[in-house]
Amino acid sequence: MAQTETQQHPLGVYFKIWALLFVLSAMSYMVDYWQFEGWIRWFLIVIFMFLKAGLIVAVFMHMIWERFALVYAVLVPPLVLIVFVGIGALEADYTFFAREIFLSPNDFVVEAHH
Amino acid sequence: MTQTSQATTADTTELLPGTSGVVADWSSDQVAFKRVPWGKAMMWIFLISDTFIFSCFLIAYMTVRMSTTDPWPYPSEVFALTLFGQKIPLILIAIMTFVLITSSGTMALAVNFGYRKNRKVTFILLLITALLGATFVGMQVFEWSKLIFEEGVRPWSNPMGAPQFGAIFFMITGFHGTHVSIGVIFLIIVAVKVLRGNMDEERPGFMTGRPQRYEMVETMGLYWHFVDLVWVFIFAFFYLW
Repeated sequence: MAQTETQQHPLGVYFKIWALLFVLSAMSYMVDYWQFEGWIRWFLIVIFMFLKAGLIVAVFMHMIWERFALVYAVLVPPLVLIVFVGIGALEADYTFFAREIFLSPNDFVVEAHH
Repeated sequence: MTQTSQATTADTTELLPGTSGVVADWSSDQVAFKRVPWGKAMMWIFLISDTFIFSCFLIAYMTVRMSTTDPWPYPSEVFALTLFGQKIPLILIAIMTFVLITSSGTMALAVNFGYRKNRKVTFILLLITALLGATFVGMQVFEWSKLIFEEGVRPWSNPMGAPQFGAIFFMITGFHGTHVSIGVIFLIIVAVKVLRGNMDEERPGFMTGRPQRYEMVETMGLYWHFVDLVWVFIFAFFYLW
């Protein structure tokens, strides 16, 4: 067993993170329950989401205790998804625009300009 | 056998810390992921690919939701339940979230007790995790049947508005539910292996013939936490957005 390090950590760490995940989940549910609207809703949802995801990856999946060679190999490649999100948003924008012009019930308005 | 495993995972020399360690690990011959069991490294590689699959789904959802001209159903009301004569918004999904987080906690504990070589407690914790996972899938079946039979949502149509809602909902939650179901099956397999004492006696594995160790529980845990991780994003983007 000397060749690999086992991921052995005190139990308290897990219980603390567990409790935090519960609290964060309850808080993100409350965002919906109390019907927060507008930018504050999106802001809170995304903050709680990233906090939960970060805690799960860092502690439950032991990322903070791994060597950086593995950490970078896992966490860097998904960053290209940011570009993909941009492409998707761009695509959605002009599709929506085209649908508004050609497929909306107000088609006759466009035709009136002929 | 011992020599092969020594050659692939052994490294008794001092390792460099931090960023210079990244360069040293990657430029060293044969083994880039030092002091990590091969099974765990491979699970991480698999999870990266799975990340891209679920990301494709969620980005497709974003694109479809942004581009539809029909109204998007309000998830808060669609997934509300009437409990004790009161209509509570999104309560089913909230309970599912708590069930999955609880199972993640018991999984983390199972990994910990595995490394303590506590056979019985590890077995019980793995079994509780599997049961919570099965509960989650059961609640998802309830959610699906409610949407299909009562609301009349189909992958190609949706009486509440945008037809894309049905397509995206069944694809994303279906794929996630499949992951949970596969996880439950593997949890039971690993639990039985632990109970039999395969890890204590380091018996050769069924597929690889390599000695089984409690590291298997950690590898199983990585998969299970990933399933929970995906749910965090689905919960935020699909149900709360």
